[in-house]
Amino acid sequence: MALNRDFLGRAFPPSEPYEVSRVKIKEFADAIGDPNPVYRDAGAAKAAGYPDVIAPPTFPIVISLTAGSLTDPELGLNWAMVVHGEQRFEYQRPLHAGDVVITEATIGGIRSIGRNERLDIQTVIRTVEGEHVCTSHNVLIERGV
Amino acid sequence: MTATVKYDEVEVGQELPARTFPVKRVDLVKYAGASGDFNPIHWNENFATSVGLPNVIAHGMFTMAEGGRYVTDWAGDPGAVIEYGVRFSSMVVVPDDEGAEIEITGKIEDKLDDNAVVIALTARSAGEKVLTRAKATVRLA
Repeated sequence: MALNRDFLGRAFPPSEPYEVSRVKIKEFADAIGDPNPVYRDAGAAKAAGYPDVIAPPTFPIVISLTAGSLTDPELGLNWAMVVHGEQRFEYQRPLHAGDVVITEATIGGIRSIGRNERLDIQTVIRTVEGEHVCTSHNVLIERGV
Repeated sequence: MTATVKYDEVEVGQELPARTFPVKRVDLVKYAGASGDFNPIHWNENFATSVGLPNVIAHGMFTMAEGGRYVTDWAGDPGAVIEYGVRFSSMVVVPDDEGAEIEITGKIEDKLDDNAVVIALTARSAGEKVLTRAKATVRLA
């Protein structure tokens, strides 16, 4: 189904603050099967020069697509037909436990590719203190039937 | 922390050792929980086939995460990644019993300023390229 073009360029209000926790980082690292100690042992992370355990490079996806943006029924996105098309992260530094971050998402593109709909979303992740940590670029594809 | 691989010891065109990462259904269930992506195409075969998929498919982000692990294990520091992007070109189909495998290779594509290198990744599953245009920029020692 065609997505609502009125959403093109829309910037969504900042998310509620999200606290990056040791428990969530460990859960994520376990789920991707990565045994690296800097994801689960604060001592190892500090020895490596980090303030606390750091998050794996793809962890920011957890907070990249949560903005209420994409669940707005007006957008018309049918999640059952959505596959991930592309993903890119630009990092200023790794997220670490104790970071409290806010995400701001913008819809940068909506277009048809054959029977599919392509949606480009950019999400900027900053700490509540205003430090830019990461930018996430998502491309979602809604498959046409 | 700094990477354990030294910039001066890396050459453009150098290939990184290939690795294979197995994927079972339980991994996708764990990933769904950890990531918050509970789309049933990643854990419910009836649902997946009803929307035209061959079977349950892995989260694209699971595959991307294995590529990330490939890069950070090689570089020696997960915090050394400056940029990481992929295009999901095909699906990792995960049957109930045998699961699937993701085979990842990498090659040094470019050397940039400030000790950064660009690694071009390939990822295949069941003979299909599941990632294309997969690149990670990493700052080496």
